[in-house]
Amino acid sequence: MTNPVAEPVNQIRQREVVRALSGVLPDAALLFEREDVQPYECDGLSAYRRLPMVVALPDSEEQVRDILRICHRLRVPVVARGAGTGLSGGALPPADGVLLSLARFMRILDVDPASRTARVQPGVRNLAISEAAAPLGLYYAPDPSSQIACSIGGNVAENAGGMHCLKYGLTVHNILKLRAWTIDGELLEIGGDGLDAAGYDLLALMTGSEGLLAVITEITVKLLPKPVRAQCILAAFDDMGRAGQAVANVIAAGIIPAGLEMMDQITTRAVEPFVNAGYPLDAVAILLCEADGNDAEVAEEIARMTAVLQDSGATEIRVSKNEAERLRFWAGRKAAFPAAGRVSPDYYCMDGTIPKKALAPVLNAITALSAKYGLRCMNVFHAGDGNLHPLILYDANRAGELERTEQFGAEILKLSIDAGGTITGEHGVGVEKIDSMCLQFGGAELAAFHAVKAAFDEHALLNPGKAVPTLHRCAEFGRMHVHAGQLKFAEMERF
Amino acid sequence: MNDAIEAIAARIKSAQAQGEPLRIRGGGSKDFYGGAHQGAVLSTGSLKGIIAYEPSELVLTARAGTPLAEIEATLRERGQMLAFEPPHFAAPATFGGCIAAGLSGPRRAYAGSVRDFVLGVRLLDGKGDDLRFGGQVMKNVAGFDLSRLLTGSMGTLGVILEASVKVLPLPVAEATLRFEHTAASAIALLNEWGGQPLPLSASAWRGGELFVRLSGARAAVDAALHALGGEQFDAATATDLWQDIREQRDAFFDSALPLWRLSIKSTTPPLNLAGRQLIEWGGSLRWLATDADAATVHEAARYGGGHATLFRGGDKCAGVFQPLPAAMMAIHRKLKQALDPAGIFNRGRLYPDF
Ligand SMILES: Cc1cc2nc3c(=O)[nH]c(=O)nc-3n(C[C@H](O)[C@H](O)[C@H](O)COP(=O)(O)OP(=O)(O)OC[C@H]3O[C@@H](n4cnc5c(N)ncnc54)[C@H](O)[C@@H]3O)c2cc1C
Repeated sequence: MTNPVAEPVNQIRQREVVRALSGVLPDAALLFEREDVQPYECDGLSAYRRLPMVVALPDSEEQVRDILRICHRLRVPVVARGAGTGLSGGALPPADGVLLSLARFMRILDVDPASRTARVQPGVRNLAISEAAAPLGLYYAPDPSSQIACSIGGNVAENAGGMHCLKYGLTVHNILKLRAWTIDGELLEIGGDGLDAAGYDLLALMTGSEGLLAVITEITVKLLPKPVRAQCILAAFDDMGRAGQAVANVIAAGIIPAGLEMMDQITTRAVEPFVNAGYPLDAVAILLCEADGNDAEVAEEIARMTAVLQDSGATEIRVSKNEAERLRFWAGRKAAFPAAGRVSPDYYCMDGTIPKKALAPVLNAITALSAKYGLRCMNVFHAGDGNLHPLILYDANRAGELERTEQFGAEILKLSIDAGGTITGEHGVGVEKIDSMCLQFGGAELAAFHAVKAAFDEHALLNPGKAVPTLHRCAEFGRMHVHAGQLKFAEMERF
Repeated sequence: MNDAIEAIAARIKSAQAQGEPLRIRGGGSKDFYGGAHQGAVLSTGSLKGIIAYEPSELVLTARAGTPLAEIEATLRERGQMLAFEPPHFAAPATFGGCIAAGLSGPRRAYAGSVRDFVLGVRLLDGKGDDLRFGGQVMKNVAGFDLSRLLTGSMGTLGVILEASVKVLPLPVAEATLRFEHTAASAIALLNEWGGQPLPLSASAWRGGELFVRLSGARAAVDAALHALGGEQFDAATATDLWQDIREQRDAFFDSALPLWRLSIKSTTPPLNLAGRQLIEWGGSLRWLATDADAATVHEAARYGGGHATLFRGGDKCAGVFQPLPAAMMAIHRKLKQALDPAGIFNRGRLYPDF
């Protein structure tokens, strides 16, 4: 993590770009004074900050196209930004380029109850889609914890997930069509109104591409009928290993719960004062296990899950008796991030995904690392799909803590890879995990990623320095990794 | 196994050096599908076997040449399935071919497609480099999603060596209902039901008959049976019906006319084209046996917000997949170039241009 970098703005270049852009944008949509661009200096990972040279706030596709064409012609880097809630520095602005905010693309263009789809602009908030569809008995399934704030464009760019993705899929499973613009201002209409499209699956390629391939200006999402009812089990465990095994046992029993989340003791103790959920605070870990469907179906699944959890050694099982109690069970899970912010000045959220069988050993290893680095770590995560979210608690004002946190985080990512998993399940690589990409992929794979990038963006102008490290950077990282046993996140180089 | 992979890599390298086209082939069950073949056969037959399967992880990893039938039998023994119900079309169908062709069966509209379930692939690209993308976990956003890009790419981007897919538990209960409806009212009903929390898992309409399958918890299926009415099939008849539709053995597919596949918006009214139609996937998949010309069929698909494929028979010279807009085609050519720079793999199988 780098502290705010006060890179001097190249004023000649800035004037040139502003002049060119003012031909296609009104003054109010073009920011370049320091105090005006300051709010865009970081995304949700605030440890990385950088002031953009220019911020552009278009509100039409024509403006987006023209901005991209101008930047392409002048070879100016462009970083798209949705709501800026990303947790990997994906929307960290370019010091020598344009931060392209999609915040003004806020319209829900169409909700079609018959085909169960909604056509929306990228700046629309995730939750706003479900709110618009609610009167029709429909909703948009992927529900990241940040759903009140994050944009659907950012969700597509990150392939966002949520608590209910185990059963209902990630963003990639819930979208049909995109309108997106390449850096040279060409429109790509990707996907279609049917369930597949001709040619290569560019819809999948675009999903999770972190703003490196094209700028998305319209998204057609699928809507699902709202389940009649949901009910949740809270199961307590006195051992991390047993809780991890219980997760595997539920799945092995042929059940796909609507949600299957785990919280460890540090987390339940941190959130309880804020939400009064009544969590069993002496439990080493708790699982929240949800069923949805019609009344009889939910009753059947709750009974099956209860039996599995009991057999797996749960020390206590509570089944929500009504909607209020169900929401109380979830309240603590949803408040975990804010709670981390209250019990510690700073926290750092990791996002590795591992096979479920590795949950117990990896969680135990994280506990050991926590002792080694002298830093507390909360574990609150999507257990059903093995997506960990260790929250390392630190204080940036204490000398050395940030560096120790980074090292702790990097070791967790290494653990995830070694367990047969991945460094990121849903938050993206961004700038944050770029060096860990060198551990997960070999040179040939990285070269293939660069070739794909070049197919869309020959001059590497879209979101440079993010998501895919250069081979050179990996060589450097390898040396650092071996020699110093300690890594410093050097200033990002160009793609 | 490494020897087999090395042999394929060596073959690729020599073909690349000479610019010699290679035709990647698993079991040949989908030889009929896609553009005409060019080049010498490069078989994945030496790559056999399930590499890893852990039911509690919901993940199976297998080599490309493994028979699809073997994979499905292994899953069934443990109460699981490939939820996208890929068509085999012939006994030797392989796992790799299933992923490269990207075809899904009756459950697709309700459970997802091949690409929705692909978690990772290992492939040899056009330079013979051994690459791995994705992995065995459910969520993975490290790097571009090349595993899903490879899915349905008709072998034009590389030789798939292995793949990992998500699998799902077999439904506890299943039931099939039959109704009598016109095409228009079947489409309306399917879309209406799609908006209700019903455990639908397949639908098909042809010749005035509408069939729907329900799958899930016993209680959910029973409630839906009650709500929907219709005539219930016995289990054996129902299994045969869905197998026949999935494998295109149903009487509908007995036709000398070219068979088109139109993937369009589910609410599109019945196609106003000559010939017979079978409607699947809640209205979003239309099979059409017709002698209408390609331009007319493409236009109908565009009108429905989707695309048409000349699936079987007919004149393949002008290509079987719907032509793409220029900007999309340009990206396709560059992606092809990125992974297969010498243009050796399955030339013309996807688009005549490459
Ligand atoms: C408290 C908290 C909880 C969170 N919980 C979850 C969770 O449960 N699940 C989850 O998946 N994530 C979660 N996140 C992370 C974050 O909310 C998601 O990654 C979200 O998808 C980012 O959306 P955004 O609009 O904020 O995107 P930004 O942060 O603005 O951008 C993210 C990336 O997308 C690119 N981008 C944005 N818009 C476009 C566009 N229109 N076209 C092309 N590229 C674009 C940017 O360049 C950047 O690389 C959480 C974040 C916070 C702060």
